[in-house]
Amino acid sequence: MTHSLLTISDLHVTFSTRRGLVEAVRGVSLSLGEGEMLGLVGESGSGKSVTGFAITGLLDAAGRIHAGNILFRGRDITRMSGSDARNLHGAAMAMIFQNPRAALNPIRAVGEQIADAILAHKRVARDEARAEALKLLRAVQIREPEKRMAAYPHELSGGMCQRVMIAMAISCNPALLIADEPTTGLDVTTQKVVMDLLAGIAAERGMATILITHDLGLAARYCRRVVVMEQGRLVEEAEPKTLFHAPQHPYTKRLVAASPTATSRIADLVTDEESGRSVAIRLAPRQPPAPGTPPLLEVHKLAKRFDQGAAAVADFSMMIRAGESVGLVGESGSGKSTTSRMICRLIDPSEGEIAFEGRSIGHIAARDFHRSPFRKDIQIVFQDPNDSLNPRFTAFDCIAHPLLRLGGMRAGAALRQRVEECAARVGLPAELLTRFPHQLSGGQKARVGIARAIALDPDLVILDEPTAALDVSVQAVVLNLLQELKESLGMSYLFVSHDLNVVRLLCDRVIVMQSGRIVEQGPTEQVLFAPEADYTRELLTAIPHPSFHA
Amino acid sequence: MTSATLRHAGWILRGNPLTGVAATGVLLLALVGIFGPWIAPYDPIVSNVSQALLPPSAAHIAGTDQLGRDVFSRLIVAARLDLAIAVSAVGISFALGAVIGAICGYAGGRLDRAVGRFVDVLMAFPLFVLAMAMVAALGNRVENIVIATAIINLPFYVRFARAEVNIRRNLGWVEAARACGDSHLSVVLRFLLPNVLPAMAVQVSLNLGWAILNAAGLSFIGLGVKPPTPEWGIMVAEGARFISTGKWWLVAFPGLALMLAVLCFNLLGDGIRDILDPRMRT
Repeated sequence: MTHSLLTISDLHVTFSTRRGLVEAVRGVSLSLGEGEMLGLVGESGSGKSVTGFAITGLLDAAGRIHAGNILFRGRDITRMSGSDARNLHGAAMAMIFQNPRAALNPIRAVGEQIADAILAHKRVARDEARAEALKLLRAVQIREPEKRMAAYPHELSGGMCQRVMIAMAISCNPALLIADEPTTGLDVTTQKVVMDLLAGIAAERGMATILITHDLGLAARYCRRVVVMEQGRLVEEAEPKTLFHAPQHPYTKRLVAASPTATSRIADLVTDEESGRSVAIRLAPRQPPAPGTPPLLEVHKLAKRFDQGAAAVADFSMMIRAGESVGLVGESGSGKSTTSRMICRLIDPSEGEIAFEGRSIGHIAARDFHRSPFRKDIQIVFQDPNDSLNPRFTAFDCIAHPLLRLGGMRAGAALRQRVEECAARVGLPAELLTRFPHQLSGGQKARVGIARAIALDPDLVILDEPTAALDVSVQAVVLNLLQELKESLGMSYLFVSHDLNVVRLLCDRVIVMQSGRIVEQGPTEQVLFAPEADYTRELLTAIPHPSFHA
Repeated sequence: MTSATLRHAGWILRGNPLTGVAATGVLLLALVGIFGPWIAPYDPIVSNVSQALLPPSAAHIAGTDQLGRDVFSRLIVAARLDLAIAVSAVGISFALGAVIGAICGYAGGRLDRAVGRFVDVLMAFPLFVLAMAMVAALGNRVENIVIATAIINLPFYVRFARAEVNIRRNLGWVEAARACGDSHLSVVLRFLLPNVLPAMAVQVSLNLGWAILNAAGLSFIGLGVKPPTPEWGIMVAEGARFISTGKWWLVAFPGLALMLAVLCFNLLGDGIRDILDPRMRT
């Protein structure tokens, strides 16, 4: 390692809130050499972003560094005067964020925005700054940079916006770049392109980079050294290989175990101490349903066109047998959510047939489907547990709702008993049933959403990215729960996801979608290990995990 | 209301004691409105010419008017009528506006555009002039003041409810309600509206003050309430004739009553907004 660029010693950051002072970072020490790329990994609330904000001086008003120091090239930036700090923060270090579109000014052309960033720190003429901006757009490999100079953020894709952010960040040749979840929310293939670009630029310019992420695999692929944070503390620091193959700290062990790989089984994701009841039952190997089983759901040439005319989904045909799990994989805009909502009969297809248990349900208008006897047989678990529960319903009300509407039950002891039974099934303690969604954790909300979907003993449950908004360790527990429920209740799943590794764990068959069409479908092992379509291969190689390239 | 909400309200009140003052003021006003006729020291209607135009004194703390009636008693009795007009007008526009707006916000499409344009047209008129025209056309009665005030308030509720429902219509819990067997209408009425109502409470409180002013304004120009019924607007209008001769109390006290009532409702509205704003809950 070269000499140290950044040295943090015993950093403490506190936030003053209504419940008094909360310590978000509790004694973090780390150092970073010139040109080094360091991964800072942790789950939500671990203090990883706060550490980044402390370095760049972007802590919000409630936050304060109350102990420790941050040495940047030998100078302590926690004790620097205002103007010195501003010069340093803009020019010598830069930061990029999650959701680049929100970080850009929506009503100013991106070329001008980059020029503004240059002018803020260099005394040059506007024309020179524009020329410089063009060079930067070329450096971040934006196609037709002359044309894109005049583009507004809404005209660019998420990946392109992040490239513009990178261009802006490197405009003053910073010695240190802090990338806070730079690719979260982007598709895996876009993520790979953006991260390759970022790593290339950092290497070329000798720019030190701190990659803050929740994704251990991503950090492992791009960083030589990874530090793991938990609850404001640094728990482990190692090379990625060591971290994956011989994690030392129990938290790192759990995190590594919870990250699904191409070969892990669902029960491997949860280590015994946290699993509680859910893994106590060791699951028998999955038995795919016999070929003779009649189909539960048959979809024939389904299509959906929205007002603008372009088809969101076209020529979609598939079949799910009773007790079978089918994965539906695709990136954003592939039409997978539209498809799942048509099958769930929440929106109407433009063309095609949907048959459930041999009877056609595609012709029943979505607006009348709530009266159909099939409504209770097809249920859905939504993506983000944070917005899938009515804020004014308690957990009890949420689970009781389908029972009251479709299960023919009335308020009373029987309802209470059934709701408690469902809660117990998903591992939700009965005392949490009186709580409102904002009083529950993400994992608990996910459990309420699942309990609501299984309350009516449906035959088919559509899982719309049920774990996408959860931390990996919570995701592991939820996946385990879903698997166990499927075994014990004999339901079929349509599992919609962008994450092939997660789909693999739960599904017998996989369908891969791209731009509204099926590009490949087949048994899971075959699609994952011997993919036929180029797009599937591209998806697979884009997944950052050491097992794919270590 | 959960204990957490109460605790939160308590925390807001400590940070913003004016809300507490305003809430007390509104409560006091409501009590005066309900019990006015019993607590007024004099009869508000019967004239007593020998006592005419007396300045404020111990016997008549707000003086007497040109017919010798006690101004303070008339103020107290008038509170009921003014509040009743304001509350019923705002109640009507709130109920109608919230439902219409929520349905438009959820349904979107042609219905939404049609209602939206109608509301725009309504808002293009100077609202007070519109109210005047309506009362003049419908007939000079108290019910018509209520109707006119309700109609000119309607656009604000429609727009507000529409916007609030519109941002929630694609959330997971709305789709979940559909999957749980609720019809579109029941989703709007049983799921979306209850989630929008708290935010609308702010609008209601601010609007009540405005509706009181509006009713008083209509009476002031001779529409709606007729003398000798005690009403703050009429009292100001009648007293205005005597202000040049230095009989200030005829105008000042009803004006003060109006001002305090409007102020209390507005301050309460601000306080409710703070209590309901989730960003204040960190």
